[in-house]
Amino acid sequence: MDQFLQQLLNGLFQGSIYALIALGYTMVYGVLRFINFAHGDVFMLGAFTALGLHKLMGPTLASLPWPVSLLIVLLVSMTLCAALGIIIERLAYRPLRDRPRLNVLITAIGVSLFIEYSAQLLFGATQRPFPDLIPRTAIANAGGLTISVAQVIVLVTTLALLAGLRIVVMKTKMGLAMRALSLNPTASTLMGVNNSVVISFTFGLGSALAAAGGILYASLYPSIEPFMGIQPGLKAFVAAVLGGIGNIPGAALGGLIIGVTETLVKGYGQELGIPSGYSEGVAFVLLILILVFKPSGILGRVEREKV
Amino acid sequence: MSRAGCSAVSAVPCKAVPDSLSQPSTLSTLLLTVENLQVSYGSIRALHGISLSVPQGSIVTLIGANGAGKSTTLRALSGLVKASAGTVTYDGKDITRLAPNKIVAEGLCHVPEGRMVFANLTVRENLKMGAYLQRDRKWIADQTDYVFGLFPRLKERENQSAGTLSGGEQQMLAIGRALLSRPKFLMLDEPSLGIAPLLVKTIFERIVEINREQGLTVLLVEQNANLALDVSTYGYVLESGKILIEGPSKDLKANPEVQAAYLGC
Repeated sequence: MDQFLQQLLNGLFQGSIYALIALGYTMVYGVLRFINFAHGDVFMLGAFTALGLHKLMGPTLASLPWPVSLLIVLLVSMTLCAALGIIIERLAYRPLRDRPRLNVLITAIGVSLFIEYSAQLLFGATQRPFPDLIPRTAIANAGGLTISVAQVIVLVTTLALLAGLRIVVMKTKMGLAMRALSLNPTASTLMGVNNSVVISFTFGLGSALAAAGGILYASLYPSIEPFMGIQPGLKAFVAAVLGGIGNIPGAALGGLIIGVTETLVKGYGQELGIPSGYSEGVAFVLLILILVFKPSGILGRVEREKV
Repeated sequence: MSRAGCSAVSAVPCKAVPDSLSQPSTLSTLLLTVENLQVSYGSIRALHGISLSVPQGSIVTLIGANGAGKSTTLRALSGLVKASAGTVTYDGKDITRLAPNKIVAEGLCHVPEGRMVFANLTVRENLKMGAYLQRDRKWIADQTDYVFGLFPRLKERENQSAGTLSGGEQQMLAIGRALLSRPKFLMLDEPSLGIAPLLVKTIFERIVEINREQGLTVLLVEQNANLALDVSTYGYVLESGKILIEGPSKDLKANPEVQAAYLGC
């Protein structure tokens, strides 16, 4: 039982990071109806920005209590990556706004490759150690479970970001405009909404969450490289589809489901006769199942217009 | 509010508008002037240079068969489609090349065909979106109350998502939402389309009421020509992207050609 709980918890930590990335996919899909495949790379850049920041102002950060320096690193890289997301949209996607979606989709793959190989050129292809922004100590006396401080912080930060996002989307005027735009871009522009501004904002918001995801991920697995965004990015994409693409709570739920399932398969694979290497494929098996049985996703609604 | 005095669908047209406004002339102030407007979708030309004008405070209608270019005209006026030639002058200002969100800011508001309410947002959120550009909270609250007064049905369904409303209720919401964007000029595209006859009557009565009480100028596009000519003072008949006939609505109603083609007499 303890082992099961342990696996469940590990899955939750993992899944919460997938959830953070998945939100970006789903929000961008909501406003532009395409999958931004470069999103996983923003996640990677989030981790690298944190590393760079740590190199740049290491002594200052070290002199502060770790939660404060973590907060600084998070906020600065989130801001930088938000700006980057906005620039990507402005340069690569906006010129294709009125073109078929397939063009934009292919462009997104191009942008993704461009970022990955530019990063390789800049940072090198080797794995780099990620600084311990969060102490890597285990919490003692966790009732027989092994939980590290890092894991708890990852979960807490994710929950805080999710709550913040919910407030932005449900309570602010910009959030209302985002929802309106995703439902009907023509009508939203007729209400006086500058759709381009809302789209930029959405990209910024999604990229900031991806950056946070990258830093948290690197805090759990402290070794980073330019291609680290591909696998988590793909799984988060699956999470977004699983939850119902375009649906924000769905993306969070999908992320958690993928994280938990993956960890359980990894943990119990031996007993079930599934080699542990196959756990990487779990997300995609789920993708196939959801596409066969409920293509609109768990919380997704079939789009329908009343005429 | 006297709703009983003037029934939009009665046989006798409303006399709410002074006679001097009953046709566009240089004497009354023109809020909107369209000159030689042309629109093409790819190689297909939808509007072959139409000219029309709408005096301040009037209800003017644009009637015609399916595909005549009525919706295209409104879409060009609100900036949703780009005009390939011609000018649109609104309130003394050339708005031909403005983006749709800038045109709304000028007070020209378009209630599009098919209503386009935000299906997953609640009725109240839809109204809030209407007031997207408004800053004055007091005005927004008062105007929301005014809309709820016009359409009490919306008040009852305030927290329901718009997609669950009936077609007629959605049309009320679309009009109410437009009223919250503080329009001076309201363009309505087929407000009667696919709506129960009883609700059509209510909606048209309200349009006349809004026109009188808020001094709102209305450009009405309708397939139901009878209804449109009853509430309007001046009308244009559109055919294949051109204006075929124009004149005071009562003259159009009496015109044998219009009767045969559009009024089903």
